[in-house]
Amino acid sequence: MTAELVRGQNHPVSQSRVEIRVSAGTPVLALASLADEQGRFSGDGILAHPGARSQPGVRSPGELAERHTFAVDLDEVAADVHRLGVLLVLPPGGPVRFGAVPASYVAVADPDGAELAGYTLTGLDAETAVVALELYRRQGAWKVRAVGQGYAEGLGALLTDGGLPAPHAAELAAAALRTAARTAEADITLATMPTLVGDLRAPQTPAQAPAPAPEPPDPVVGHPYAGTSGPAPGGDTPASPPTISYAHPRRRRTSTEPPEPAPRAAAPQEPGQAPRPVAGDASGWSMEERLYNQVWGMFEDLARTVAAYRSAVEFADSRMDRELDEALSDPRHRLGGSGNAARDTARARREELVAQAQAVLDRDLTQLIAESEVVEPALPAAYARWDNPVWHGHRTPEESPLALRLGDLHLPERPDLRIPMLTRVPLERGLWIDNGRTGSEAAMTMDTDRLRRAAMDMAVALAVRLLAVHPADRFSVHVIDAAGAGSASLEPLVRAGVLAAPPAAGATGVTQTLARLTRRVDLVQMALRAGAPEDLPPDVDTADQLLIVHDFPHGFDDRAVTQLRYLADEGAAVGVHLLMIADRDEASAYGPLLDPLWRSLMRLSPVPDNHLADPWVHHAWTFEPDLPPQGSRVLDQALDRVVEARRTTRP
Amino acid sequence: MGRARERGQYVTVNMTKGQAISLQKADGGTLTAVRMGLGWQAAKRRGLFGSRTREIDLDASAVLFADKQPVDVVFFRHLQSDDGSVRHTGDNLVGGVGQGGDDEAILVDLQRVPVHIDQIVFTVNSFTGQTFQEVQNAFCRIVDETNGQELARYTLDGGGQYTAQIMAKVSRAGAGWQMTALGNPANGRTFQDLMPAILPHL
Repeated sequence: MTAELVRGQNHPVSQSRVEIRVSAGTPVLALASLADEQGRFSGDGILAHPGARSQPGVRSPGELAERHTFAVDLDEVAADVHRLGVLLVLPPGGPVRFGAVPASYVAVADPDGAELAGYTLTGLDAETAVVALELYRRQGAWKVRAVGQGYAEGLGALLTDGGLPAPHAAELAAAALRTAARTAEADITLATMPTLVGDLRAPQTPAQAPAPAPEPPDPVVGHPYAGTSGPAPGGDTPASPPTISYAHPRRRRTSTEPPEPAPRAAAPQEPGQAPRPVAGDASGWSMEERLYNQVWGMFEDLARTVAAYRSAVEFADSRMDRELDEALSDPRHRLGGSGNAARDTARARREELVAQAQAVLDRDLTQLIAESEVVEPALPAAYARWDNPVWHGHRTPEESPLALRLGDLHLPERPDLRIPMLTRVPLERGLWIDNGRTGSEAAMTMDTDRLRRAAMDMAVALAVRLLAVHPADRFSVHVIDAAGAGSASLEPLVRAGVLAAPPAAGATGVTQTLARLTRRVDLVQMALRAGAPEDLPPDVDTADQLLIVHDFPHGFDDRAVTQLRYLADEGAAVGVHLLMIADRDEASAYGPLLDPLWRSLMRLSPVPDNHLADPWVHHAWTFEPDLPPQGSRVLDQALDRVVEARRTTRP
Repeated sequence: MGRARERGQYVTVNMTKGQAISLQKADGGTLTAVRMGLGWQAAKRRGLFGSRTREIDLDASAVLFADKQPVDVVFFRHLQSDDGSVRHTGDNLVGGVGQGGDDEAILVDLQRVPVHIDQIVFTVNSFTGQTFQEVQNAFCRIVDETNGQELARYTLDGGGQYTAQIMAKVSRAGAGWQMTALGNPANGRTFQDLMPAILPHL
């Protein structure tokens, strides 16, 4: 059971060996600070950072990353250390404030991996260095408290505030950040980082644990970076620094612990105002899941507020109609101007109600737009638009994504408020990109060739996205392009060499590809039923498979159609997914027999089309595919990364 | 008028039929979210095997009206109004769960109720057909959802040969809202059967 802490809340920590896990939305530096009862730093060994990772009782992670793990042994922590802070610091050259990046999540876990307490750092703004959590002694036992407060001026200010003389603090902060900057600049893989960190690490002097005396020592003595530090500034003796507050801002400081503060709302806000939106401000086990839930929450909120608006307008209209009818049928109004007055009143009443409804809608839309503005930039690649900068820094991940962005959804009330259309991965249903002209109004106005090209380009962009967001070798793509009509769009995939086999052409190619995938589905199903997935023949690729079928039903005989239906029905459960690019009318010769196939697929359109309904109120949402910007090389770059990752993964 | 009763630090108004209370906080601020709670205890049970009397399934419903036109309804098959302002916490088929706690609850976010909705009527039906004679300790109450304080309680006293009751309505009054206890007996399996009985109360 994880206790979800809010800012200020505390939780007992009964184990002495714990792990602290950090999951940040952007690469951060994670450090541990060791302070005395008053939260003051004294002596050396007050900071576990990449240049000096081990301090008594705590080992900090080495490199700049989104995920970190600290190993903490509370029994080993020096007796005069009462507060062990977990610090997150934004590296120079990265995001400039925590308010601009997704909320980070920090958890305390036992050695078996079970989380004891977790805390999401919401409500941050200009901070660049924050104290995320604090482990502290209280009556002989350790507790954890969610802190979530920090300093806009960075790590140096944080250390200075803890009583470290300013030059010493600045130097220590610089030393911690230098390591991070170096690793970031070198842009090397994680595997090689420990070596680099090891080179930089100064000799550890755990024996010289800080003296219990509260008097801070000379900054030079015993400092790991003694060689680079300047002489101790005489005028800045820390014994009497009248300008420096030793207190953490907004935190009470007494030697005996004050009563535990009651949990309070994460973000202090003006009364009557909507809270400032924060990316990742939803429930979930990981940032990815929280963003997924947040996007779906925005989707629902937009559906519901528009439902309220439409219902009010509909009512206002019907009431006006009724009142106009009454005014017409009332014999008293037949003569004179009273009828006009009644009609004007009816119209004014409608306008007033509609204006009220509009005001409410506008308020909600403003809030959702503000949320969208912080959420969109924070999305991981799998959820992000192609024009999101996250794609430029994208690396082939270690784990499969939770969900995938298929495109954008919007309502006519506010077309510029786009909700990412996220669907869970692995896909539960196949996808069908409808390239038929009769499918939608926008398609009717396009000529067939352009429409088909757009549909195929969209399919390729989806395939690239799927390849890029899966670990190398965990996703393969097969293509059936019986008449070769899609070869222009498929060219990037073919050129990069990421397809499992060249696009299958002709009836033979169709038959072979379908037979291969059918066999795979059948074998994996059998293995799973028998509970022996390890007994699969070695030639069966257990990676998820995507089958792109272009120009159905060209090149398909009855047997192939049956196999395709089998894959549509049975494939998703064992990792074989269908992506059809087809015009339903061209398969009309099959009559109603294929209706179940089309129904089982999620229909997408290559042009904006309002055919998707939300699950709550069933508005018709306009779907727009997400395509790379014109002239962008983002697809090729993503494919290059896939190729590179596959090369390094394969033995 | 109902009598005010000290209950811990809160004062609960026990309402009588037809009585209206304004949903204003003691400090003059208006309420933002209220919960209509429904609780009941099932008829005494002898055992499970061989017992042919079914559990009692009461259902709470809320009907949203705009100028006496039903616009939306929240009940066990539609747990949230389309606009999201009224939400049912879920169907309870047997009652008697919390020994005096709410078995079903409908949450109303008064700030999010659409501008044209001016009345929300709360009803209770016996889905399984038992009359209120067989139900014990049935009550309906209004709770300030922001702090859990009970604002009003209405007891389904006496029971009687009825299978439904129109409990209360929350209606716009000036800039805020007020609640009126109705307590009108009726008959019906679901809220649809009650519509003719509801309309006179609007």
